[in-house]
Amino acid sequence: MRQQVVCFWLQLKILLFSPFEGFLAVVFPLMFATAALLVYQVNGDPAAMLYAGIGAAAMGIWTSQTVSATTLVQRERRAGTLELVVAAPTPFSLVLLPITFAMAAIGLYSVVATILWDWWLFDIALQVENWPLFVLSILMAAVTIALFGFLLSVSAVRYRTSWALGAALEYPGWLLCGFVVPLDLLPAVLRPVSWLLAPTWAVEGMRAAAAGESPWGDLAICAAVGLAYAALAAWLGVRLITSARRDATLALT
Amino acid sequence: MPLTETPAVEARDLRRTFRTRQGALRPTRRTVEAVRGVSFEIAPGELFGLLGPNGAGKTTTIKMLITLLIPTSGSASVLGRDVVGDVREVRRRIGYVFGGDRGLYERLSGLDNLRYFSELYGVPPREQKERIGSLLELVGLTGREGERVEGYSRGMRQRLHIARGLLHDPDVFFLDEPSIGIDPVGARELRATIAGLREQGKTVLLTTHYMFEADELCDRIAVIRSGEIVAEGTPTQLKQLVSAGRVLEVETYGVSDDAVEVARGTGGVRSVVVEDRGQLQVLVVSCEPGAEVTQHVLAGLDGTRVGRVSHRDPTLEDAYVELVTR
Ligand SMILES: Nc1ncnc2c1ncn2[C@@H]1O[C@H](COP(=O)(O)OP(=O)(O)O)[C@@H](O)[C@H]1O
Ligand SMILES: [Mg+2]
Repeated sequence: MRQQVVCFWLQLKILLFSPFEGFLAVVFPLMFATAALLVYQVNGDPAAMLYAGIGAAAMGIWTSQTVSATTLVQRERRAGTLELVVAAPTPFSLVLLPITFAMAAIGLYSVVATILWDWWLFDIALQVENWPLFVLSILMAAVTIALFGFLLSVSAVRYRTSWALGAALEYPGWLLCGFVVPLDLLPAVLRPVSWLLAPTWAVEGMRAAAAGESPWGDLAICAAVGLAYAALAAWLGVRLITSARRDATLALT
Repeated sequence: MPLTETPAVEARDLRRTFRTRQGALRPTRRTVEAVRGVSFEIAPGELFGLLGPNGAGKTTTIKMLITLLIPTSGSASVLGRDVVGDVREVRRRIGYVFGGDRGLYERLSGLDNLRYFSELYGVPPREQKERIGSLLELVGLTGREGERVEGYSRGMRQRLHIARGLLHDPDVFFLDEPSIGIDPVGARELRATIAGLREQGKTVLLTTHYMFEADELCDRIAVIRSGEIVAEGTPTQLKQLVSAGRVLEVETYGVSDDAVEVARGTGGVRSVVVEDRGQLQVLVVSCEPGAEVTQHVLAGLDGTRVGRVSHRDPTLEDAYVELVTR
């Protein structure tokens, strides 16, 4: 446990000290939110603005996670530290977990920043009926998206090109998780995919809490899906490391 | 040392092949046999050197021993534990350091780097501070540990690496070309540190392509070439492989391949190597004891501008060069 906390803290330091990525992490979510809200503003419907405001907030976490989770292992590989952490006795999943949570912390920042930005620039004071549950939903969104990133980053250990997958998932994810467009508008075939993505449920939960409805059902599903990611990642982690040791892909850049 | 003692490291007929793909459109698969049946034993407390040119398979051998690569065939054990079957235990008891300036978190301070790896190696929190302090002392980084690694020189990085590898007080220490890219003074300090490890009773496997480094440090050396061990013994034993004989050195200005072939074909000649020294090309001819080859070799150089001609006793370097070029 202590190990996880210390590693989390040190990894967060690494993320915070990277000036360029840090700048992007600060500015990107705000740009997305602005774009989404400008589109919605045309309608002049306050309910739609609230809808978009909440979605845009979650969008920031998604973007910072999916892309960076896969580049994360690539980053370790390029720095030559991937082999060193694999050669350590700590199971590799426990090495990755604090890193993904450090990223989730950055994602969490982007939620708060987006909400403040919306408020300041577009005058959308979030009408939230139940603040504690709303905050809980945001946390769930951050954690489950982190776990999704965790799953992606595990695959990057073996498959060097999986960072491309992360990048490719960024924009479809916005739609599939219903951040800014209601899921009902998606073709029916795509809906099951949305259901498999934990953030979908977290965003539903955020909206339910904001509207004063009970978010518990959504959050329960969200937690279950998130745990499934973690279990799958831990299981894959062991297999993929073995396979990387067999196929010698740990050292290659 | 009693013969019944378990070796600290034991490699039995280790082999490793790599499959590589070339070309994007029509990929052709190629198999590289990096290590081809390597066997050796290292006794506890011994400093063992694996010496060979670039691409000989040193790193690949080490990576199999430290559980980063699974051998294609053959087996190996560290402290009696199998490197494939007992991965966790092996990892817990070994340290690993490679040369070059990669393998550190640039954006963290030296101290934070050490803290991070202490956690991964499960160093108990109460011992961490003291341990890190004494290691910083050992590698001479005390006072600089708060700075970010980005600003470290190559030598400092290498020393930080060594401290990192020793955090959990491993019994067996693997050093893969640690002195690569370090200036002579730094390299000398590094050798002193390595020698200090042996004093502490640690088993060390050192790979290098510097002859003198192996000569100075190692109890025993195995020379590896194209994935095979071609000679093994103490530095003195290896020198004896060539000591019965003489070396003829001929300075030339632009020697032709034909002339080298003539020299090689001369009776009594063991090997011929051409070394570039500035504008000169020096023909280093190692000969059998008592053989008189100078006249022949010089006759073969007819038409080539020849400088100084000299004789000397063979060195360990000659032994090495002969072994890896044969
Ligand atoms: N991951 C890899 N994939 C393909 N070929 C490799 C890989 N690693 C090493 N090799 C090849 O194996 C051979 C031995 O390499 P290596 O063990 O690094 O040699 P050394 O450390 O002695 O310089 C070289 O020909 C190298 O190109
Ligand atoms: Mg090497």
